[in-house]
Amino acid sequence: MSDTEDPQDEFDPVQVFPESEEMDLRPGADSCYKCSTCDTNCPVAEVDDSFPGPKFQGPEQWRLKTKDEDVGVDESVMKCSNCMRCDDACPAGVPLSQMHNTARAEYVDEEMDRLSAEYLRNRILANYGTLARIGSKVPRLTNFVMGSSVAQWANEKLLGITAEREFPEFALETFREWWDERGGAQIQSEEKRVAYFHGDYANFNTPEVGKALVRAFEAYGYQVAVPDQRCSGTPMFANGMLDDARRAARFNVETFHELVRDGYDVVCSCTSCSMALRQEYPELFSFEGTGEVAGHTYEALEYLRIYEDLGADLREAELDEDAQFSYHAPCHARNQGLDGQAVELFADLDGVEMNDVGDSCSGISGTYGWKTENYDTSMAIGEEMFDHMESAPGETGMTECPTCAMQMEHGTGYEIRHPLEVVAAALCE
Amino acid sequence: MAIEDDVLVVGGGLAGCAAALAAAGGGARVRLVSHKQSTLRNASGLVDVLGYVDERGPLVDPFDGFDALPAGHPYSTVDETGVREGLALFDEAVGDAYAGEHTDRNALVPTHGGTVKPTARYPQSSAAGLASRDGDVLLVGFEALPDFDAPLAADHLSAAGVPFEARGVTVAFPADLKADAKVTRYAKVLEQDQPEARGDGEGGVRATLAERVKPHLGGAERVGFPAVLGDTEDAAVRATLEDHLGAAVFEVPMGPPSLPGLRLEDRLYDAMREAGVRISTGNPVVGYEAEGGRIEHVMMERTHQRVPYTAAQYVLATGGLVGGGIDSDRETVREPVFGCHVEYPADRYDWSEPAAFGDHAFARFGVSTDDELRPLDAAGEVAFENLRAAGAVLGGADFAAEKSGGGISLATGTVAGRRAGELV
Repeated sequence: MSDTEDPQDEFDPVQVFPESEEMDLRPGADSCYKCSTCDTNCPVAEVDDSFPGPKFQGPEQWRLKTKDEDVGVDESVMKCSNCMRCDDACPAGVPLSQMHNTARAEYVDEEMDRLSAEYLRNRILANYGTLARIGSKVPRLTNFVMGSSVAQWANEKLLGITAEREFPEFALETFREWWDERGGAQIQSEEKRVAYFHGDYANFNTPEVGKALVRAFEAYGYQVAVPDQRCSGTPMFANGMLDDARRAARFNVETFHELVRDGYDVVCSCTSCSMALRQEYPELFSFEGTGEVAGHTYEALEYLRIYEDLGADLREAELDEDAQFSYHAPCHARNQGLDGQAVELFADLDGVEMNDVGDSCSGISGTYGWKTENYDTSMAIGEEMFDHMESAPGETGMTECPTCAMQMEHGTGYEIRHPLEVVAAALCE
Repeated sequence: MAIEDDVLVVGGGLAGCAAALAAAGGGARVRLVSHKQSTLRNASGLVDVLGYVDERGPLVDPFDGFDALPAGHPYSTVDETGVREGLALFDEAVGDAYAGEHTDRNALVPTHGGTVKPTARYPQSSAAGLASRDGDVLLVGFEALPDFDAPLAADHLSAAGVPFEARGVTVAFPADLKADAKVTRYAKVLEQDQPEARGDGEGGVRATLAERVKPHLGGAERVGFPAVLGDTEDAAVRATLEDHLGAAVFEVPMGPPSLPGLRLEDRLYDAMREAGVRISTGNPVVGYEAEGGRIEHVMMERTHQRVPYTAAQYVLATGGLVGGGIDSDRETVREPVFGCHVEYPADRYDWSEPAAFGDHAFARFGVSTDDELRPLDAAGEVAFENLRAAGAVLGGADFAAEKSGGGISLATGTVAGRRAGELV
């Protein structure tokens, strides 16, 4: 460099990425320094070498496409299970799952045949809530039909939904029916208010989880609201159905934004739901209030731990029956820093023995493991977790995620409980 | 309600793990928080103490070089005693998985570039490959794994003057893996050892691999593979290969991402869980509140909310320039969590030397401490009475040039963690 110029004075950074409404993934792609930490965390790449891994699906593919407009999104993006482990792993803050979500949506929009069985199947799986709404009107009949081998055969042959899995049963009374029946909130409070985002699964399939949440929060003196809501969008992101997700997200943000303004915080019992509201909504959408809702959303136990002294209360409580739980931390709980929470909280609860079954992925990743072509991969990923569950004492599993619970049950035959059920049993009885 | 513990360690690498284990060993209730996965998984899995100093090296005995270290080096703060304490804690935490504790002398471990690295502790998987051992070596690379060029590495070893014959050969990996298969995929395939349909062998993948290597064996008594021989079951993978080859089998440590690094991370995290350390990962510590020269709590950012974490004592082990514990822009160098003072030349052009392997000032950027590892402010006073620093966040050492990173992390982590635990 010449002595006459001082580059420090000359340097005037140019704003390359102006604030815009459209997603600009350039800064994310530029941050990737190719350490491949994401690839070593990918549960799919470990069992299937035809999947090129998150580093390719995110920053590399983005660059390839930017350079050449004729290059489409590679079909391998559909093999990504959307576990989002790469997000958590990246030391450079590359928004990998955001890149995968947009690439997948582009692939579905531009490359996938709308009339294909695969598109139809994915659309059906992604919109589980719509089907559940209809099916749960006549739960006994639906359970009977869906549990029949004829339905399983038809699902497999016509749609590519694996016949290996048993369809989850609908509850005879949904959570919302129970909530209306009991006359809604039993506690009124101006200061302590939470709005419950139950999602579809706790409503239609596991209302006992929702009831446990209500009992626990009411025991702490909270006024609970249960507003109308749609699916969080998690299965829609995972299937590249971004338009469906946008519709659902808009409805949810509008509803919950109003409650947040009235002093409510949002609590979720499903860690994928809380993940969607907290991270995916602000990454993918910009409706009014998206950020505010994200900033007020919590996982239920996390909330009680921060704003109440749940840890100390559990130390003084006890569970009537001795219980041994094999706990699996869902990937999406991991992404929110919640993976150690249940084990930590229940370690001091009398009558409970907690065994963490390790940091592997369960392999089902929502709708992923329901697809015939993914079933074997899904079970191969889950093998480590099944082994650890079987070598841990007891025959009861525990997890926050409904589809992880399906996989745990499917692989071991164990009954699977939700941490909220234990909290309610310990503190409310 | 804040989440409360006796000792809070910020950072999940080697130094953070050592600090957490040392504090928990003294009976304290310890929490370790780590934002992203640590750089351990990018590291070789080797633990060095001191390999080069003052243009001397590789050193036969790392402790012989301590006198020549510059003032302000972390080793002068913790002393040889601290380093031995750190190594003892490491040996206990990793158990049989590592070797090297039988002697003070450095081991010379061949790396994937064909250089030899002086190191104090090494995984058992590398033990048979030590350059100081007798026995001719065959290095084996895989066609679809470009990260390890075995013939080149062998030539490099020979050129370095090793006292044995080193040859390299490239074979096709049996299971017909795709060109871009991840190292974790190789490890999984070898671990599962399924009979492979597309290969030429009748046994499992391990047997087929051994069959493909055999014709090249010649008089080699030791066979080195890239470090992808299994994840948790690496000993079993090596044992099968040894049976079939009739030769000792070792792993050559690779660049990132590294299986030996991953295994070391697993070992240390298992040891922490066994010691009752609570581990919270995935969210960054972004600030703190202090009163009267004491840190009251740190703030963790959890997707848009700031949650306080409280402890009586804190250890800062966030890493250096690579790990993110030290940050810089065009004007300044800083420690982002507690804003600890970092010394650096005012003129940015004095931060580095023109030569790639020059004596760079930036390599030594980091916080300075008192003799109890408490960071000092710009005036040279203790910044917070209940904060200690450990590992690469400390200034004064060029660990890449010295080959001292592992020892510094273990020693300062152990001393800082033990002291923090004693004070609660």
